[in-house]
Amino acid sequence: MKKMKLYIDNNEVEVMEGTTILEAAQGLNITIPTLCHHEDLCIAGNCRVCVVEVEGSEMLSAACATPVSTGMRIKTNSLKVRDSRRTIIDMLLSEHAGECVTCQRSGNCELQTLAVLYGSPDNHLMDISIKTEPDRSSSSIIKDDSKCIKCQRCVRTCQEIQKIGALTMSGKGEHAKVSTFFELPLNTVVCTNCGQCVIRCPTGALVERTYIDEVWDVIGNSDVHTVVQTAPAVRVGLGEALGHDAGGRFTGQMVSALRKLGFDAVFDTNFTADLTIIEEGSELLNRLTNVIKGSGEALLPMFTSCSPGWIKFIEHQFPHLLGHLSTCKSPQQMFGALAKTRWSEKAQIEPEKISSISIMPCTAKKFEAARPEMNDSGYRDVDYVLTTRELAKMIKQAGIDFDKLDESECDSLLGKHSGAAVIFGATGGVMEAAIRTVYELVTGRPVPFENLNITAVRGMEGIREATLRIEGTVEKYNFLEGVELKVAVAHGLKNANAIMELVSQGSAPWHFVEVMACPGGCLSGGGQPIPTSPEIREARARAIYEEDESLPIRKSHENPEITRIYEEFLTDGPCGHKSHHLLHTHYTPRR
Amino acid sequence: MTRERISKMQEKVNLIFSECDSMELLEQALKVEPQQILKMLLTSSLRGRGGAGFLTSLKWKFASEADGNRKFVVANADEGEPGTFKDREILDKVPCKVLAGMAICAHTIGAREGYIYLRGEYNYMKKSLQQKLDEFNDKIKNMLDFTISIKSGSGAYVCGEETALIESMEGKRGEPRNKPPYPVTEGYLGFPTVVNNVETLVYVAMIMKHGAAHFASLGTEKSKGAKVFSVSGDTPIPGIYELEMGMNLAEFVELFGDGDTKAVQVGGASGFCVPRRKFAETIIGFEGIPTGGSMMLFNSSRSMYNVLHNYLEFFCEESCGQCTPCRVGCQQLRNGIEAVKQRKLPPSHLDVLSKMTRTMKIASKCGLGQSVPNSFNSIVTSFKEEIIY
Amino acid sequence: MSISLSVKTAIEESGNSRENLMSVLQIIRSDLGTLSPAILTEVADQMGLSRADVYGTATFYSFLETTPVGKYSIRICRSISCDMKNKNAVREALENHLFIKKGETTKDGMFTLTETNCLGHCHEGPVMLVNDEIHTELTPDSAVKIIEEIRIREGVDE
Ligand SMILES: Cc1cc2nc3c(=O)[nH]c(=O)nc-3n(C[C@H](O)[C@H](O)[C@H](O)COP(=O)(O)O)c2cc1C
Ligand code: SF4
Ligand code: SF4
Ligand code: SF4
Ligand code: SF4
Repeated sequence: MKKMKLYIDNNEVEVMEGTTILEAAQGLNITIPTLCHHEDLCIAGNCRVCVVEVEGSEMLSAACATPVSTGMRIKTNSLKVRDSRRTIIDMLLSEHAGECVTCQRSGNCELQTLAVLYGSPDNHLMDISIKTEPDRSSSSIIKDDSKCIKCQRCVRTCQEIQKIGALTMSGKGEHAKVSTFFELPLNTVVCTNCGQCVIRCPTGALVERTYIDEVWDVIGNSDVHTVVQTAPAVRVGLGEALGHDAGGRFTGQMVSALRKLGFDAVFDTNFTADLTIIEEGSELLNRLTNVIKGSGEALLPMFTSCSPGWIKFIEHQFPHLLGHLSTCKSPQQMFGALAKTRWSEKAQIEPEKISSISIMPCTAKKFEAARPEMNDSGYRDVDYVLTTRELAKMIKQAGIDFDKLDESECDSLLGKHSGAAVIFGATGGVMEAAIRTVYELVTGRPVPFENLNITAVRGMEGIREATLRIEGTVEKYNFLEGVELKVAVAHGLKNANAIMELVSQGSAPWHFVEVMACPGGCLSGGGQPIPTSPEIREARARAIYEEDESLPIRKSHENPEITRIYEEFLTDGPCGHKSHHLLHTHYTPRR
Repeated sequence: MTRERISKMQEKVNLIFSECDSMELLEQALKVEPQQILKMLLTSSLRGRGGAGFLTSLKWKFASEADGNRKFVVANADEGEPGTFKDREILDKVPCKVLAGMAICAHTIGAREGYIYLRGEYNYMKKSLQQKLDEFNDKIKNMLDFTISIKSGSGAYVCGEETALIESMEGKRGEPRNKPPYPVTEGYLGFPTVVNNVETLVYVAMIMKHGAAHFASLGTEKSKGAKVFSVSGDTPIPGIYELEMGMNLAEFVELFGDGDTKAVQVGGASGFCVPRRKFAETIIGFEGIPTGGSMMLFNSSRSMYNVLHNYLEFFCEESCGQCTPCRVGCQQLRNGIEAVKQRKLPPSHLDVLSKMTRTMKIASKCGLGQSVPNSFNSIVTSFKEEIIY
Repeated sequence: MSISLSVKTAIEESGNSRENLMSVLQIIRSDLGTLSPAILTEVADQMGLSRADVYGTATFYSFLETTPVGKYSIRICRSISCDMKNKNAVREALENHLFIKKGETTKDGMFTLTETNCLGHCHEGPVMLVNDEIHTELTPDSAVKIIEEIRIREGVDE
């Protein structure tokens, strides 16, 4: 690769061949506004907001899409550039049915930001926007075409990152728009509700379906007992939505805030994450036993089942492999079922008077909570799901000065957790947590890794594999002596797809596979603060692993409330009758 | 009288539709070294006849130098520019010359696969063209490792733009790509690809036959050679004419006008409208108005508002819709002139629009959006009253 | 032929990689008519593409209709040259004859009347395509006659 010297706004810079003008400018700390550009996606070059002047050419060039060449002289702030930039933004606004005062994205909308900074004080273009009814069919996502500026980030996200292709551009010219197959409602197509498009949409055209008002209603209703759970990734994301840099941890403040908001019992999804490890670990051992001893039918590899985007993906795309899914419900749903049984019993509150609310980094969880499968206690496991963003908004609405809050701890019974549960929020976390427990169950010894950190399954590589040789087994598991446990971790559904193709062909070597629908895992779920980028995901992941190391208990099976629940409530043990009834489920194919 | 004159002018050129044994021509041409062919094309100064006017020698040179396990030659027969119908005629009358041109290109750049991208509107030609192709492929088997097939369009003007065309050939929406990379290095399926207009390819064949000097002797200094014109509108003799480049519009109107010509639209909807008072000073060619060959004449009975509105409607529909300046700009222009006409907006709104077209011209992603301002500004400048009242 | 079989045949004829999608859609459009949801689902599933992607591709092209169309698509050229040669009169004659407006399909599902951009016969306008057949230098009467002849061929009387 050659190095190339060029000049941007009269500053000399040397970059590698193939660098774009935009990247070269970033190296000089020169900001060029962009809109369709997104670090995670291929280059589209269609919004034209980033146009710059290249000396010698009458035409402007899109900085995001134009590779540099030697000796190029670029102006990013000339009269010509400013004029076009402004005109383009005015044009976008003219086709955008903006309703900033009511829009969910107001305050964090890229179009709004550009409009304020670069738009005309009075836009003389005609209003050519078309107000249409948003698609509210999905329990997770609202699609409002009248706010769409056709940057195609969502289409690229769904196609490139998720390989789902639920969204497409349809029509051409003035009729070009973002569509599902034949404009079918979102809830009837292959959309997994992962919300990756939502966190990459620059405007309010794709947003989560919000349940803030419903939650305020139950909080304000003295006849209703509100039980809240928060997922591990929320605590490392929440800060960003409240003005902090990515990577901060706010567990204690978050718990205090939830109490201040008026939730009656503040618990932690991490508790059921620990429980998931016990249940899923046992299921894995059962499957291994069956396969290795030949004592019964069992499908391997077993897949994790805590990511509802992943579940819907497999229901649509690989229905014939549903049997590989662990039957465990996700931690959210396990929690919901327990809130209306165990907590109801303990607190002596009728389950119908309990409203179970979860705070999730995820949009798909909203859909999951509404699944007909999720009613095993006789009541809906989880009544309302809010995203991290919605929680931040509620905190602001309540006038809580988040930064000044003291740290506090969750209520007990469903609140204690281990570090193993926390790492559920990062890709590879479930796998690591499971190995910490399963290995110890099987050998009686902790995993042979420094400080319990199983780094082989960590990181941001799309698919990661690890092999663990099992030695020195306890008697019950001596059939596993010498077995090489093969595991894989995938995040982002495109990578999941690659794994599934192998499983489909029968050439997958693994025993256990963790899949998270979102790249990076839940820490960059569709319900997390916007924006997302590789750096932000890294920062959140770091925070998650720090949180793990900061906790006194690092393994799920050492969580005392877990021990207690098997003694007092799930008395027939992991994967026993009661846990099967409440904590496990089955899924069915979808077209 | 004028008919005779036109006939004479056509006879002087007579390259495209002339009788010629394409196989014999090809046999001779394939004996020439690729380097030599590139040199000949350079000497001939042949520029692409599809509208953009890129030097054919240069395009082929880039493609011949590009690395690729596969290379492609594509004949652009998407001919969607309103007022252009010469490629259809060429494919109908002298298909073998087009194929010969493609084969010469293949030989020059090292391509083994060729495609004709035939617009869906010309489906009725497909069968006979396919027949010609099969014969041709069969005949050249022993001369050159090269096979040509047809890919059809399905009604999208923008697919004439070479990168949109390639997207369409790849089975996708015809949204133009970012350039660079250009098709000569990364084209169809990512491989080096030469996209040439049908007419260009025939001229290549004719240059190989008659020599570069002959071709270069036609036309003017800046616009060498000849060109096939599609003449329509208010003319007693609409049709297809191969004429030398570099004629001025006054001469043209004298030959083709109905005596009452008030304006000529040169280059179709994406070209320029020239009013009568500018006929004498306007040269048809690269020194004046370059054109893909569409010449539409309007007499004084025509409303230029209708003409412009028709074009803008066309662009609103036929823009691919991906980039902001073009997608929004076209609608602003159409809705804008409607609003001015209906007195919903003051005439000064035309100035707002004209200012907006500056951005369309320099910031649109492809030639479509970049050239919409041509007809808008040229018509509005010369016929403002007709637009307003 | 069932949809599934027709799609299979078209794919066999064209090839099943992405670059053959246009060809597949073109064949099916001409054999089966409208590219309905059922058809595009089949195409997507058999070619291993996302359904939305196939839909998005089809809707880019005005000849690959995804909304119901008649057995015969009448496309009148709307370009300025044909407009100047009074294509509106031709369109109106057809509208009156078929009892439909531009953009609509006759009740019997036989004809859809639309306008389309330049058909490339500007010197012999007004022109129209009826499916893949071109008709030039139309008058209102000749256009109606062309339609009537099709009706006779189809053995349909009014
Ligand atoms: C909107 C648009 C439509 C075009 N349509 C055609 C066309 O129909 N035929 C054509 O040969 N070139 C067309 N072109 C030009 C092509 O992009 C390309 O320059 C040409 O095919 C190259 O061939 P040439 O060098 O032989 O002219 C079009 C360009 C644009 C921007
Ligand atoms: S998307 Fe942005 S600009 Fe549009 S209404 Fe919402 S906040 Fe305003
Ligand atoms: S939520 Fe996920 S699957 Fe659904 S459209 Fe968005 S990116 Fe695609
Ligand atoms: S929905 Fe959002 S991401 Fe998708 S094209 Fe519209 S503005 Fe862009
Ligand atoms: S200029 Fe028009 S046709 Fe070209 S890419 Fe932009 S929107 Fe598409």
